[in-house]
Amino acid sequence: MGEINSSTFFIDRFQKRKNMSDSTVNIIEAPAGVEGQGFFATSLDSLVGMARANSLWPLPFATSCCGIEFMSTMASHYDLGRFGAERLSFSARQADVLMVMGTIAKKMAPVVKQVYLQMAEPRWVIAVGACACSGGIFDTYSVLQGIDRIIPVDVYVPGCPPRPEQILDGFMEIQELARKESTRRRNEPEYKALLASYGIE
Amino acid sequence: MEKVSNQQIIEALQTQFGENSIYGLGESHGTLQLTTSVDSIVPMLHFLYQHPILKFQFLTDLAGIHFPDAKGQELGVIYHLHSLENNVRLWIKAYAPIENPNFPTITGLYATANWMEREAFDFYGIIFEGHPNLTRILNVDDMDYHPMRKEYPLEDATRHDKIDELFGR
Amino acid sequence: MSEVALVTNPNVGLDKSQKGGPYVNDLSTLNLGPTHPATHGIFQNILTMDGETIVDAEQTVGYIHRAFEKIAERRPFYQITTLTDRMNYCSSPINNMGWHMTVEKLLGIEVPKRAQYMRVIMMELARLADHIVCNSVLAVDTGALTGFLYVYQWREHIYEIYEELCGARLTTNMGRFGGMERDFTPVAIEKIKVLLAGLPKGLKEFEGLVMRNRIFMDRTQNVGAISAERALNYGFTGPNLRAAGVDYDVRALNPYSSYEDFEFDVPVGTKGDTYDRFMVREEEMWQSLRIIQQALDNLPEGAYHADAPHYYLPDKQDVYKNMEALIYHFKIVMGEIDAPVGEVYHSVEGGNGELGFYLVSDGGRTPYRLKFRRPGFIYYQAFPEMIKGSNLSDAIVTMSSMNVIAGELDT
Repeated sequence: MGEINSSTFFIDRFQKRKNMSDSTVNIIEAPAGVEGQGFFATSLDSLVGMARANSLWPLPFATSCCGIEFMSTMASHYDLGRFGAERLSFSARQADVLMVMGTIAKKMAPVVKQVYLQMAEPRWVIAVGACACSGGIFDTYSVLQGIDRIIPVDVYVPGCPPRPEQILDGFMEIQELARKESTRRRNEPEYKALLASYGIE
Repeated sequence: MEKVSNQQIIEALQTQFGENSIYGLGESHGTLQLTTSVDSIVPMLHFLYQHPILKFQFLTDLAGIHFPDAKGQELGVIYHLHSLENNVRLWIKAYAPIENPNFPTITGLYATANWMEREAFDFYGIIFEGHPNLTRILNVDDMDYHPMRKEYPLEDATRHDKIDELFGR
Repeated sequence: MSEVALVTNPNVGLDKSQKGGPYVNDLSTLNLGPTHPATHGIFQNILTMDGETIVDAEQTVGYIHRAFEKIAERRPFYQITTLTDRMNYCSSPINNMGWHMTVEKLLGIEVPKRAQYMRVIMMELARLADHIVCNSVLAVDTGALTGFLYVYQWREHIYEIYEELCGARLTTNMGRFGGMERDFTPVAIEKIKVLLAGLPKGLKEFEGLVMRNRIFMDRTQNVGAISAERALNYGFTGPNLRAAGVDYDVRALNPYSSYEDFEFDVPVGTKGDTYDRFMVREEEMWQSLRIIQQALDNLPEGAYHADAPHYYLPDKQDVYKNMEALIYHFKIVMGEIDAPVGEVYHSVEGGNGELGFYLVSDGGRTPYRLKFRRPGFIYYQAFPEMIKGSNLSDAIVTMSSMNVIAGELDT
């Protein structure tokens, strides 16, 4: 590479970065705004949305096979940490996204509901895998036919198990929701009606 | 040491317990299977455990089964025994009527039978007398029926979206 | 879900300073609940603790009971393969092959040598995948995350081989009655060779990080030990039993699918503690690599499936041209083929131990009774005995090393 010339070192690196294609480096898109010398003006909502979307803390509620695909998603090949979800929170009170991955049996349903209730707003729910979406291949007496029977679900990721790319796609949908959603969501009447239909205050 | 043959097992059991206590002898792909009465399960398993040559000291599995057509012998338990030193397997079956499905527990002999018997109770309602904790293990505790019996359906009766007409049943 | 509740003893008002007076330790109850970062799968342990030491544990399982055995009574034989996938989902091909061998035993189908060798390769790859998960997650539970990330990359390679052969990564549904559904493609063989060349380096790197690490050894040695007699009485099989000192391996004792052609060692531990279980699994991975190498080198030519038109789907080209093939295709898919009456038990060496299938057939197209002998269900009973008197952190590490997989536990 040759000796590093300190005065041009950083300029060279920036040049290199501009020449890199999007497939190697993915920088988060800045929201629409007015840019000037030393300042960038945008709306508070879009700034807050950008911050929220790229720093979601997931709660991996991994019960069965989809949990192993989630482990693959967290591993280095399909890194979920790129999306800001490096810090998994197993404590519901500090989590943003409840990722239910795997079959939920009727015995487990009260636990899922309690974990959901323990989460603080804003919270989102991804149902990963066919079993969490609708009971999957287990149309039996002991399996809850989809977690949307007990908690409201934002994103459904079908598959048995879904590939890590699909799980990442589902996660990106949640990021879209987090970016665009109003911060006053919990006070809106539709949301309150939705929660009331599940028996949640 | 020569391999223990199925004939040896039959003879040892018949000498100890008499010919009448063992019926339904058969061989299934090389494994000896025999049926016996509920009362002779525990003595037979003890005998096989302590026998100096046979040494059936490993309980591989304990399966419950339901034959609704066999009147008086609807619920059955099949013990899969394995002698690791002789590399011989043995199945012992016993049946009880559905009104009175009482079997003796073998948790005193094999610690592994604890959960296996709970599973058989959970699925079939087979009562194992003397079991330290005979409660449901896999299903919810307040379930009031035994789901693996043949008369109960697979699907949840209370579901309202996956109805039978849509699935061609 | 891990709230601590103090259970105070009824003598709490008594003056504890009295000489000879009753001084009963306050025992606390800790709920190591179904959702927990370090329990791999959902099962609950209600621990009674005296300070930091565990006095007793009460287990609750069944949080993922999916009624496999009842479903199996409804499905034709070839549809049950998808159920077996989801039992021990870290090593699905072993479950699939075990089920296929059980049905072949019932039907009396003889599998050709090439198919048997292919099955051995896939089963050993699955065993590698399973042990990689168990060992790396055991290291994660002691705090060593790096090993997990390094070695999981090789698991992606194993997934690519599965994808090449059957299309799926995790729930493979691999093989058919009588053999495999397609032959090894050249790409698959190339990928297996790449894995055989690269995984030893990856394993050595992982071992270098973890195996002789002072902290790891202190966390895992003499923790969660079980003696060989207790292990046999509890029905342990697999690496957990071999760590206790008993060399019972179904592949060695009752060889199936040409395992007798291969030369491999069965690693055995001495103390039955967590470190021994880790070491046994680590060594088994090396033996699996050895078996795959031998199988690949000596892969015989021939058919990759048996000539069993009643049970093995014919080639699609034949179905379009040949009347017989069309009829067989129709009968198999619509489930018109009946199985013979009989009962059979077959077991294979799964990632966790002896995985058995007890099949009772009454001559219909579905089993009358299918019982899965799941090793995880059977040896998890011994967990309270193994952790009595140890600390909470030891209990977590013991549970990790036992490799309890919830799908297998609860069927």
